[in-house]
Amino acid sequence: MTVHLDIERFNPEADRASHVQRYTLDVEPTDRVLDALTTINRNVDGTLTFRRSCAHGVCGSDAMVINGKEALACKTLIQDVAESDGATITIAPARHMEVQRDLMVKQDTFFANYRAVKPFFIADEAKPAPQKEYLQSVEERSVFDDPTKCILCGACYSACPVIDKNPSFIGPAAIVQAARFVFDSREKGIEARLDILDRPDGVWACENHFECTRVCPRDIKVTKMINFTKREIKKLREARGEQTNDGGAAT
Amino acid sequence: MIRHEYDAVIVGAGGSGLYAALEASRTARTAVVSKLYPSRSHTGAAQGGIGAALGNVEEDKPEWHAFDTVKGGDYLVDQQAAKILAEEAVRAVYDLENRGLPFSRTEDGRIAQRRFGGHTRNFGESAVHRSCYAADRTGHMILQTLYQQCIKNEVSFYDEFQAIDIIMDGNRVTGLLALELATGELHLFTSKAVLFATGGFGRMFRITSNAYANTGDGPALLARAGIPLEDMEFFQFHPTGILGMGILITEGVRGEGGILRNRHGTRFMEEYAPTLLDLAPRDMVSRAIMTEISRGNGVRGDRKIDDYVMLDATHLGRDVVYEKIPDIADFCKTYLAIDPAEKPMPVQPTAHYAMGGIPTNVDGQVTTGAVTYEGLYAAGECACVSVHGANRLGTNSLVDLVVFGRRAGRHVAEYVKNASMPSIPPGGEERGVKKIERLRDGRKGPHVGPFYEKMQETMMAKVGVYRNAGPMSEAVDEIRRLREEYRDVRTEDSSSAFNSDILGILELENLLDLSLVTAASALNRTESRGAHSREDYPERDDPNWLKHTLAGLDGADVTIDYKDVDVSIWKPKPRTY
Repeated sequence: MTVHLDIERFNPEADRASHVQRYTLDVEPTDRVLDALTTINRNVDGTLTFRRSCAHGVCGSDAMVINGKEALACKTLIQDVAESDGATITIAPARHMEVQRDLMVKQDTFFANYRAVKPFFIADEAKPAPQKEYLQSVEERSVFDDPTKCILCGACYSACPVIDKNPSFIGPAAIVQAARFVFDSREKGIEARLDILDRPDGVWACENHFECTRVCPRDIKVTKMINFTKREIKKLREARGEQTNDGGAAT
Repeated sequence: MIRHEYDAVIVGAGGSGLYAALEASRTARTAVVSKLYPSRSHTGAAQGGIGAALGNVEEDKPEWHAFDTVKGGDYLVDQQAAKILAEEAVRAVYDLENRGLPFSRTEDGRIAQRRFGGHTRNFGESAVHRSCYAADRTGHMILQTLYQQCIKNEVSFYDEFQAIDIIMDGNRVTGLLALELATGELHLFTSKAVLFATGGFGRMFRITSNAYANTGDGPALLARAGIPLEDMEFFQFHPTGILGMGILITEGVRGEGGILRNRHGTRFMEEYAPTLLDLAPRDMVSRAIMTEISRGNGVRGDRKIDDYVMLDATHLGRDVVYEKIPDIADFCKTYLAIDPAEKPMPVQPTAHYAMGGIPTNVDGQVTTGAVTYEGLYAAGECACVSVHGANRLGTNSLVDLVVFGRRAGRHVAEYVKNASMPSIPPGGEERGVKKIERLRDGRKGPHVGPFYEKMQETMMAKVGVYRNAGPMSEAVDEIRRLREEYRDVRTEDSSSAFNSDILGILELENLLDLSLVTAASALNRTESRGAHSREDYPERDDPNWLKHTLAGLDGADVTIDYKDVDVSIWKPKPRTY
């Protein structure tokens, strides 16, 4: 089938503003959108710029906005976004991050937020260090399975409506990454990350729009993890007889 | 040109690069130079598990693991290295767990283990539960855990820097030239030690499980610098790639009880490996599939290259499929519109793993046996220790990463303590600088697309699962022609910032060079062993070929030399399962 790809383009060395360029291509309905982009880059126009690596949805390189919705180009088939021969597919860079060039965006803030939540294992010193492995039940392991799937693609960060009005919000992915450790029975948990999560630009900025959950290419229940984390913070604050630092947002 | 000075530079930020960085950076000033953001590395795509004889499900011993590795590699494995691999795997898995890696669990709360191809109890008796797994996302968890540890330990990263050239002074490393994607600037790193951990190069083949980034940058740079590559003829085709796309379907599916069937529904592995059946090593299963197809037993039955077989997991039940192999279920739904709990998966062999690569010893030092290159290291898939010999067992790639990434990192840390800072020889960076200038000289050249297509088709059809002298020598000629025509390629993109076009051109050069070395090494080895299976020489030939190949790149030619195999523990025997 033939499709038109209307791709938002921007080259900081040549352009003041972005513009849309149309490429018309013969594709198979079962091709990935990434295959179409690669064909353009290798055979038609070497200046078209985007990130990609694994091409099957596990490395997180190619999150972009396809027909208005955040998705990985390698996990979106042409037939998912083009109904019939001659259809047009619009492709734009991910939102809330400065465009570096074409479909590449600057992820510095996104990754700074990720690093801020201490996304690494902090052992609970109350438990003795094991000779072999820490013991953990199947149930304990399953509690935090969902957030372990995160590939840091940034689709949720791009889709989050809160960031439109509050760019300081730490964002869904960083909270998911924190939750991966907070709910791990071997871990010190929420305590080590309280200062970064329990503040108005931390978990409390989330307004439950569920856009993150809707776009997550790994099907992580992102909003649910954020709410679990809020509850965990409240629990700890209540146990200590303290207030949450929610800036009045918590309900 | 921007200049830097470090004790150690590590090229690549997958499992072995990150592990080496964690070790080296404890005492040495270390920089990690990676063309990808670290969490994008292809270690993250590994699925089924990491082998270690923990014995959490049933009795197991490192000695059995080492033996299976040697036999699986068709006795081309260096046996003392295999022993180190199997013994250190156990501690390495516990270390990863203690650093937070979320392994799946047994009912009694220990690290869960599953069966995997070629891993047996008591020297081949029956399949053993040895693969430690986190659902079918084990590589993702390893990559995440190691990257998390690097963040915790404040390792310095140069993300999205493409290595352009290694700069030697005789047999001593002096530095690395790299291109920064964001600016187009060249960076010259002077360093006492350089460690390559650039991963595989499956992108030389048409159907592959490998990422776009798997272009063999490390081995290609070293080959052009005159350092020979080891055992490049041995490239693993994983039996179960998604039809047409090559996306990996983990051997863990068969570890959980999945069965391969031909068009008649027959479990054909009964004929080829009566004891281990579907859990025979990958080279044997891939050959069995190709043989079934050539007999007209493929699902299409037309004997053509796009014919295939079925991987059936429907009898495992929905719970097992969604608990144990959830990502596989997701891939099948996304790319095939198939639910593997309900319907079998169409699969064909997919180019998966390079057993060969940069020759190293068990400390990651690059060595041909005769010459050891001072300060030069390699680890992970780009290296050849050799622990995989002629065919790697499933799960042993992740073991290799952590065991030898760690050992290499430690050795680097020790080495740089007493080494002086080298000087880049006058004009040492010229070769790399000129290359980039040439690509940017403004002349108009052909697109890279047709080169990739021709190379990948040629390698797939002529240097694939089954091999013959005629087609392989055509492949050598074809790749030579492509390398000549490549000289006309120029970047079409005149911008400096984020010029991905130039990266694609550099990657193509690396793949073409490695394709030539692979095809020439394969043509040279007149026997069948492990993944190198020749119809014109169907038998293993120990008297003449129990030796490693060392293949050097010399302009349009490939020079061949050899190195002994360490067979000090187990005497080579015929390989049956």
